[in-house]
Amino acid sequence: MPLFLPGPALEATGVSKIYGDGPPALAEVSLAVAPGETVALVGESGCGKTTLLRMFNRMVEPSAGVVRVEGRPVAELDPIALRRRIGYVQQDGGLLPHWRAERNVELVPRLLGWDRERRQARAREMLDLVGLSPGTYGSRYPAELSGGQRQRVAFARALAADPPIILLDEPFGALDALTRLELHRQFLDLQRTLGKTMVLVTHDLAEAFRLAQRVGVMRRGRILQLGPAEELVERPADPYVRELIELAPPPKPHPPTPLSHRTPPTRERGEEKEGEERG
Amino acid sequence: MEAASFSPSPGRQGGRWERGPGGEDLFGPPPHLPSLHADPIVVGSKNFEESRLLGEMFAQLLESRTDLQVERRLGLAGTQVCFEALRTGAIDVYPEYTGTGLVSILGQQATGGSTETLNRVRTEFLSRWNLWWLAPLGFENAFEIAVPKELAERERLRTISDLARISDRLRGGFGHEFVGRDDGLPGLEKTYGLRFASIQRLQQALQYQAAGARQIDAMDAYTTDARLLRYGLVVLEDDRGFFPPYEAAALVRGETLKEHPEVGAILGLLAGAFDEESMRALNFRLQERGESETVVARDALQALGLIEASVRREPVRQGEGFAGYLWGERSALARRTLEHLGLSAAALLLGVLASVPLGLWLERRRRGAEAVISVLGLFQTVPSLALLAFMIPFLGVGIVPAVVALWIYSLFPIVRNTYTGVRDADPRAVEAATALGMTPGQVLRQIRLPLAAPVLMAGIRTAAVITVGTATLAAFIGAGGLGEPIVTGLQLANTSMILSGAIPAAALALLVDAALGLVERALRPEGLEIRG
Repeated sequence: MPLFLPGPALEATGVSKIYGDGPPALAEVSLAVAPGETVALVGESGCGKTTLLRMFNRMVEPSAGVVRVEGRPVAELDPIALRRRIGYVQQDGGLLPHWRAERNVELVPRLLGWDRERRQARAREMLDLVGLSPGTYGSRYPAELSGGQRQRVAFARALAADPPIILLDEPFGALDALTRLELHRQFLDLQRTLGKTMVLVTHDLAEAFRLAQRVGVMRRGRILQLGPAEELVERPADPYVRELIELAPPPKPHPPTPLSHRTPPTRERGEEKEGEERG
Repeated sequence: MEAASFSPSPGRQGGRWERGPGGEDLFGPPPHLPSLHADPIVVGSKNFEESRLLGEMFAQLLESRTDLQVERRLGLAGTQVCFEALRTGAIDVYPEYTGTGLVSILGQQATGGSTETLNRVRTEFLSRWNLWWLAPLGFENAFEIAVPKELAERERLRTISDLARISDRLRGGFGHEFVGRDDGLPGLEKTYGLRFASIQRLQQALQYQAAGARQIDAMDAYTTDARLLRYGLVVLEDDRGFFPPYEAAALVRGETLKEHPEVGAILGLLAGAFDEESMRALNFRLQERGESETVVARDALQALGLIEASVRREPVRQGEGFAGYLWGERSALARRTLEHLGLSAAALLLGVLASVPLGLWLERRRRGAEAVISVLGLFQTVPSLALLAFMIPFLGVGIVPAVVALWIYSLFPIVRNTYTGVRDADPRAVEAATALGMTPGQVLRQIRLPLAAPVLMAGIRTAAVITVGTATLAAFIGAGGLGEPIVTGLQLANTSMILSGAIPAAALALLVDAALGLVERALRPEGLEIRG
């Protein structure tokens, strides 16, 4: 480990994305996510949150600006190798319909060339971790699982090769309210025990407050405000943010802090400031 | 022997070339030994009774008088197909008429009598293509214009000039070839000033039925056609001498005669062997009594003393019903079914090999994919017979052009379904797998192709049914298959014969579809079967 303070695990510096002649999907956005931190990006559809998310695993290339993962510019990394080191969960899971649940979980370990025994042991372990009994559910096809079960398998798949970073694109978006609450609880457990760096894209402010240490509110390709829930509620920096909070009054925010990052609030503010300085 | 009938004609030509020009006498087998490995002599004919009969006579005569292997490609679709087949070496000999050679093939004006016509086609065919007209068979089978007897009596019609006088009140019904040929209707109209109130294009056997039922008032006929009498028709005199003389003769490739001089000598035995009367009698047996050309040809050759009388005689089939007819045809049916399956399978296999990669390539490029697929769809609308005829100048006749044509028809459904199947394969699964680090190749092989398999197989099934159905038309260019009895039966207006090809062909299409349906189910990824 380096002697100096570790830099951000994910970092976007002045990134823009322009499609054709349209308005920019992203306009000079900067964001830094500390190791072990969970940042949520909130906004209505088309605000650029998913575009920003997908730049971290090079599913989208920026028109301008620099994206770094663990300090290295992603443009210099092989996208295939990069993606295998970053977990990814999307709305409705995106499981391969012709593969059984355990094989879906084994996807990245397979790509990394793990041997069979290690892969299978890992798949069982991961299914267990997300609360699915491997004996019962491992051999089922996605079509034989409920929506919530499919999403659990998708989480298990994203975690299987133990990536330090996980990107989540509306992972709870397609679920009914009860299942969503159940999965939220499980998410918080995993967050506490595994200490991954995560970026969560959601349109649900309450969900963002509940699951992330910091929340970024986005609109028209920009981050309007980025900070812990209390800060957004108490000192909204923009009329849109205030409106958003008033329209959907969130439950009293309980931003959980991972075990590895039980740090005083000043530290978080410091990170936020650091992120803004880079912008 | 099945395999022999499957060998494509370019293979034949290749064999001929290997021996090299001029070297055959030194290195070829001695002439008195059966030359089993030599190229067969291929006898062709057009697709009407008299032509088939003459072709069959040529074949039987060569079989009985030489040790050469003889292959039959009888019933090729029209003058164009026969001539191109002969010129390109796909066949060695076929019966042709001097007038047809002059006007249709050489494109010259018809002037002069029989001798002059024969001399003109002889010299032109020799110098242009090294094709030889052997001595004429002794009869003319000219185009005639026939009208119902009572119409002729009522209107006092004796000549075509008489007909022209009242033609604007009459309905013409003419054969497809006659309407198109310069020495047919267009020239006739010009020469006599004919102008019919309506003109229908009909298949020959149907022309007689239509004239017999008084649905048409005038039609083209052949001098030696036995049906003129039966349907109460009279022929009108060609008083301006429009139609050239149509003497029948064997038309042979010069190379064939050089390699096998005996072919010319033996076919020469038929010189002057028939007249119009005797030919009409033979045609009567084919057209009205439904006898096979094999039997009639053998009888005619025996009557001429050219082949020995044999004890084996096919009984004339009658009153046995369709089942009896099929039973009698069972060995031919089996052979045709195998040929049919062979043609279809070869075309389909080549279609899959070409279309799946093409579909995948188009899916990767996207841009212009729809345009390419539309062009392939356009091929689908080209009439099968036209496509087959188009192949002949390049590929000759027989198996190869038939397979190529069927192959073209198989492309569209397979390319289309490969393209859409792979394009539309579960986009979320594809997205997730890509985001987790699968390479595009892995995504294609492990996700998109397996997920597209049912759609792709549906395309292959469609192509298979089209191929098996269209393969019936391959008989028009001598590729065999279940189309043979359909083509011949249409000519003879013989329903049993048509059905003996059509029903097995339809059954075959259903069977192939069902078999591929099983393959489709086997290839369907397991997880996709579960729904709800």
